[in-house]
Amino acid sequence: MSVTTTDDIHDVSPEDSASTLWKDYVAKIRGGDVGSLPAILGLVALVAGFSILRPESFTTAFNFENLIQQSAGVTIIAMGLVFVLLLGEIDLAAGVTAGMAAAVTSVLLTNHDWNTALAIVAGLLAGTAVGAFHGVIVSRLGIPSFIVTLSTFLALQGVVLTLVGERGSVNSGDFIAKLNSDTLPVWLGWVIAAVLVGAYAVLTFVSNRRRRANGLTSEPDLLWALKSGSLAVVAFLVVFYLSIERSPNPQIRSISGVPIALIIIIGLAIVLSVLLGRTRWGSHVYAVGGNMEAARRAGINVKFVQLSCFMICSTVAAVGGLMLASFSGGVNNVSGGGPTLLYAVGAAVIGGTSLFGGKGRVVDAVIGGTVIAVIANGMGLMNQPDSRKYIVTGLVLLVAASVDAISRRRAAASGRI
Amino acid sequence: MSSEEPLLELRGVHKTFGAVHVLRGVDLTVRPGRVTALVGDNGAGKSTLIKGIAGIHPFDDGDYTFEGSAVHVKSPRDSNGLGIEVVYQDLALCDNLDVVHNMYLGREITKNGFVDEDAMEAKARETLDGLSVRTLKSVRTRVASLSGGQRQTVAIARAVLWNSKIVILDEPTAALGVAQTEQVLKLVRRLADRGLGVVLISHNLNDVFEVADDVAVLYLGQMVAQIEVASTTRDRIVTAITTGELNRGDAA
Repeated sequence: MSVTTTDDIHDVSPEDSASTLWKDYVAKIRGGDVGSLPAILGLVALVAGFSILRPESFTTAFNFENLIQQSAGVTIIAMGLVFVLLLGEIDLAAGVTAGMAAAVTSVLLTNHDWNTALAIVAGLLAGTAVGAFHGVIVSRLGIPSFIVTLSTFLALQGVVLTLVGERGSVNSGDFIAKLNSDTLPVWLGWVIAAVLVGAYAVLTFVSNRRRRANGLTSEPDLLWALKSGSLAVVAFLVVFYLSIERSPNPQIRSISGVPIALIIIIGLAIVLSVLLGRTRWGSHVYAVGGNMEAARRAGINVKFVQLSCFMICSTVAAVGGLMLASFSGGVNNVSGGGPTLLYAVGAAVIGGTSLFGGKGRVVDAVIGGTVIAVIANGMGLMNQPDSRKYIVTGLVLLVAASVDAISRRRAAASGRI
Repeated sequence: MSSEEPLLELRGVHKTFGAVHVLRGVDLTVRPGRVTALVGDNGAGKSTLIKGIAGIHPFDDGDYTFEGSAVHVKSPRDSNGLGIEVVYQDLALCDNLDVVHNMYLGREITKNGFVDEDAMEAKARETLDGLSVRTLKSVRTRVASLSGGQRQTVAIARAVLWNSKIVILDEPTAALGVAQTEQVLKLVRRLADRGLGVVLISHNLNDVFEVADDVAVLYLGQMVAQIEVASTTRDRIVTAITTGELNRGDAA
């Protein structure tokens, strides 16, 4: 931007028309701030493609629930990874941390008859401890997180083997099993959707009004209406679809309602988003990821921010581990290994979180996790072998990382016109 | 020289790094409402002097007086506490954050445990308006998409947000074009007109003669002179910078 001496000081007026909104949005995208747009477009394309290719199986309500439950573990691990990725660091051990935490909980439940709540807390704390270890090593010794977490990636696989035995597997118990298989009553799904949509619409409306009254930047009413409206449409469509009776034999066992897994994902996403987007600590995370030296000079405790992000990442990964264990009915010697971690990193990056740090949201992980789940699920229904699933997922991840790199270049270029 | 009480007075400060004696008994006076330019060739000790004032590398010896009383500045927190803010050459901005968050970097306002975006935005806007900054379209713009001059403006506005008394600017115009240099120099002048003491480090004598009231010349770790700009000429300052001697004894 060249020097302007005109009084173009005041922010966008609230009474914008649809065309100015569109123009602003296009300008933002062209400036390299693409956010989750590529992921959402990709998701739409994938869903449309699989719906055409496998209309009899992909679009069924049964498959929709299955898709959510398949993706829950990876999506939750990805949400935790966002915190570490925001710092420009990586946690390669998040997958096996998930497996290890699930193993701890399962062994305590099954072999030691612990109380369910205590066993879950112990599993989560085991995750937190791994995160604390990563955080201390990275922040105090300055060893790159890539190396630190690569070592724990190996070491924790050994821990899992020790816990469950070389060829063994451990049952996770009834409660854990229900986490990622049970559903809420149909009516409760509707209530939760209505409350969430209503809360979003009211809170943003009130905040917009207040900010406008105080002469601050605010969202135009039209944009507010579009956002709240789309949220309502998506939420109610999802609940409607999940409320359809989807059991092959409804007389024997009826299946309908929103899966508990979805509620856990949404609940975690809200809590973590508030933590990142509304607290002082969250602002510091973005600052450290954006310019660590500037953050240090501004008096931000960079080491604490690093430590806490690694701890949150591993604790959230532990939650993801419980969901994985729930889905597969227990923990075995490869739980959380294999492609789990790469799918989770992929989910965060595909959703729009930058590997270079400073850019990303928890919601990105949910969107990206859904993309990955749709690819795996759709290709599975098309009877494609795992080999092709891996290749396609890998290519999608490469595309997502390229979008990130290219949009950064654009942002840098448009920044200094 | 102005008769006003000095804000900051350094008398005979020394600093050594290992065997290198970087500052050898430097005096400096900063008065409110005046722009004091600090000039000197590379290696003269300008940065070390600034870092000593800011408390990043505290002085080894010498008197540090702030508003008439002796103070000990041993860390950046001490200097911030006194109301001294430094705008470094690299600006220390986070590209991924917007103007408001950069101005409040590390000192965000909270209400009930959450960041008070409304209060921060209002105050940031007020500060920018107070400095007559007209070039920022929105305080919610990310810093990555600002021009060099605008970034400098944000960094300076951040420094004055905290009721600071002295603002030290390290080469604020080094990377700017002609129009943006002009814009930043006007801003520097406005800071002084608001009663702040401004220290301007610059290699550019055009800037110095345009905006500064006093000029302090460092030569190999010693203060050649601190004199009023109006009482000297460009040639004399150049001579002082290169030889360490000020012609015809017009030292203050």
